Amino acid sequence: MPKTARRKKRLDRSVKVRTEGLYALTSWSEITYLLLPRLVLIMGLLSLPFFLDMYWQRVLCAAGIYGLLALGFDFLAEFVGLVCLGGAFFIGAGGYISGLLNAYLGLSPLVCIPIATVAGAVISTLVLVPALRLRGIYFAIVSFMFPLFAVYIIVALSAFGGTEGISALDNLPNQWVEVYLILAAVLVSLFLLRRLVDEDMGLILRAIKDNDQAVKASGISITTYKIRAVFIAALIGCFGGAYLTHLYGWLGISLFGMDFSILPIAATVMGGMGTLAGGVLGALLLTPLSEALRGFGQLRVVLYCFILLLFIVYKPEGFLSYFQRKYHQFELWEEV
Amino acid sequence: MEIIIYGTVNSVIYALIAVGFTLVYGVSRVPNFAHGSIYVLVGFLTWTFINSIHLHYAVAIVLSLLVASFLGLIIYRFVLIRLRGMATSEIIASFAVSLIILEGLRLQGIAGFKGFIGPFYVLPPFFQGKISILGVFVDYQRLIIIAACFVLVAALWIFTHYTKMGLSLRAIAQDERAAMMLGVHADKTAMLSLSIGSALAGLAAVLILPLGNITAEMGYKVLIYALAVCIIGGLGSWVGAILAAFVIGFAMKISTALFGAVWESVVLVGTIILILLVRPSGLLGKQKELEERV
Amino acid sequence: MKAEVILEVNSISKTFGGVHAVSDVSFALGKGEVLGIIGPNGSGKTTLVNLITGFVQPDSGKVIFKASDITGMPSYKIANLGLTRTFQVMRPYYSLPAFKNLIIPLNSPRVKKTRSGRLGDIDAVAIDILEEIGFERDARVPYKPAGSLPLGYLKRLELARCLALSPEVIICDEIFSGLSMSEIAGLLPLLEKLQMQGVTLVMIEHRLRELFRLADRVIVMNFGQKIADGIPEDVMEDEEVKKAYLGRERKK
Repeated sequence: MPKTARRKKRLDRSVKVRTEGLYALTSWSEITYLLLPRLVLIMGLLSLPFFLDMYWQRVLCAAGIYGLLALGFDFLAEFVGLVCLGGAFFIGAGGYISGLLNAYLGLSPLVCIPIATVAGAVISTLVLVPALRLRGIYFAIVSFMFPLFAVYIIVALSAFGGTEGISALDNLPNQWVEVYLILAAVLVSLFLLRRLVDEDMGLILRAIKDNDQAVKASGISITTYKIRAVFIAALIGCFGGAYLTHLYGWLGISLFGMDFSILPIAATVMGGMGTLAGGVLGALLLTPLSEALRGFGQLRVVLYCFILLLFIVYKPEGFLSYFQRKYHQFELWEEV
Repeated sequence: MEIIIYGTVNSVIYALIAVGFTLVYGVSRVPNFAHGSIYVLVGFLTWTFINSIHLHYAVAIVLSLLVASFLGLIIYRFVLIRLRGMATSEIIASFAVSLIILEGLRLQGIAGFKGFIGPFYVLPPFFQGKISILGVFVDYQRLIIIAACFVLVAALWIFTHYTKMGLSLRAIAQDERAAMMLGVHADKTAMLSLSIGSALAGLAAVLILPLGNITAEMGYKVLIYALAVCIIGGLGSWVGAILAAFVIGFAMKISTALFGAVWESVVLVGTIILILLVRPSGLLGKQKELEERV
Repeated sequence: MKAEVILEVNSISKTFGGVHAVSDVSFALGKGEVLGIIGPNGSGKTTLVNLITGFVQPDSGKVIFKASDITGMPSYKIANLGLTRTFQVMRPYYSLPAFKNLIIPLNSPRVKKTRSGRLGDIDAVAIDILEEIGFERDARVPYKPAGSLPLGYLKRLELARCLALSPEVIICDEIFSGLSMSEIAGLLPLLEKLQMQGVTLVMIEHRLRELFRLADRVIVMNFGQKIADGIPEDVMEDEEVKKAYLGRERKK
């Protein structure tokens, strides 16, 4: 051991009056300092489609869907304490409802998607409610089981096209609508969720995660609030599913596939749990990666899992929190 | 009569599958999502040892069980140990491990181990042949499974009640802090439980797999059955798990006999939802009481 | 009873795996009364509270609050009726600032109903309540994360969380335990003030001297049973109580 130990010293940068996310802005430079990263991300995302060809626009759309799922996962896991291992169920519920409405009733996708979003969310919530009354891993287990059950049931009953699925569904009007619909959905959900977790309802949800006994003693029904939270996450996920069906003009049991459950989790852990935006960024990075690896088939899932494990074990804060810290703080080594 | 015999066989199979998961959860509070994948892995390893290295069947089984328990050890030592206490991360990490093994195996199974394609992976039964019990033909393998289950339960009972190691497992399961104060090493015990649990998954695999093919999908199916049994029986409760195995074993057999095999999954889902609604903590779960204590 | 009975417990029992945590306990609580519940460790006091407030379902017996049967009701509904409790183990919502902790009870149906219309600025209401309970308004204390507060403040926060519901009965589970004499001295006037305002208090305590300053009546429990019930002076003279409770202390 060297005699002089060193330690890392961290100093806050720039904005002088700040406590725990409360800022007192006094100048344009400070406003810019805070807004710049956010604006760069939003504008970057919105202008991205102009630089991409057809194929990569599709990839961006897929990334958007994963981003939505990641938002839902992060919201449930970090702010309500429910680990949802079955994001695929939301995709499947939304996708099947929307696709079936389109195939059997001939409704336009723009009508199907909203209906499927709400109906799918209602169904997903109803299915998950029984697991909400208990704490701990029950929700994780049950949410993990349901997408797989859905597949078994659809295959066994050969309902809704069985293993083959239904193809030749209507697509969205054109590619620009496709791309901007999902980008708008991601940005709006991100914004609304970030607001929500700081509103009273978000506080109550976080309180439930911290100490549900005290919430009960405060006269609040924790089940009701958990149901609401699951419904919100399900809305987001089901929209992704409904959109996905019409993006590819196809529905089938792979909507319940493991990809939709694991990639959003990997993206969230990679981006940083509890940041909400981190999951979206993670999805934007992971999805192109998985496209590039399309030739390897199922190896992709193995890869996500490795990334997931590496991050969760060695860098649990995620890269967004890491960059945030670098952005907001000086770091220097000082001798002690 | 057929329902009774085959219902018993099915129930015993579910009990075998679930007992390892229950053990791990009961002791270390880690939901071992890798349970199903270890099950398949052991089947696959045994097959490989027999067919590629031409080991004797029994040697192959012992060897792959050793690999399984070692794997459980490694999972705990290198992944879970860093995440203790963070429930979210524990769940995600074990889920990721499970997917790595399963999807890795699927790659083997589909892309072809030495060029084989499709359902080629079959373990031979221990003894060929059938026997007629009260007019119903049952093959020896199924009888072996039943016998093995009883032996296993008895052995586990003796292990947990009369050996020092087993007692320390139970101590940690009941009150982690108190056990630690009395010199039980929590991490070592959890590691032990994980490796025993994995070995149990493997044991279930070598007993049950001769009845069918080995596929990667089985991993999910096995995991689901294990989870279903544990939820219905009450997480971490042994007796509950065995009871639940019989409940769903017979429920599914009867429904298959009445409505046909397609309703199996529906019945399973229905049972789970029903149990969660009526008795959220499972048939014999103590979870509820524990969580209500402040 | 002098005053009208607000809470009545009728031969309530609960066993945990063969252990009789609470067996056949009955008492009635008059409006505005301060009732102390004492007893050695493990005598079932906290379980009794859990049973009354719906955190644990009783095996048998009845709890009647304001003439309606609340046995087996979920705890949040009981809290909404105006019967609330503090916890022995302080676990505030660590990640939230102290005053934000009160947002939770302020969002309960009871508060939304009793305080007419919009609450106005809910944060301001929260800070008012904290000031009432002894948080300095101008200091930074109410804005600090609850996890970083000292124990004395946590106990007040816990009480404030109850007060935010404007309850009729508060059950305090060992609110003095772990506090220094000066902290207790700060807390006592608060409780006295509550008593003046007509809030009925049930206090589970080990600190007898402080308890007896407040309590009108004391119940003594041992091994899950009620062994004495009466005014503090009488109860302390009771032979059985001495044997069960004080006798053990004298041996030390």
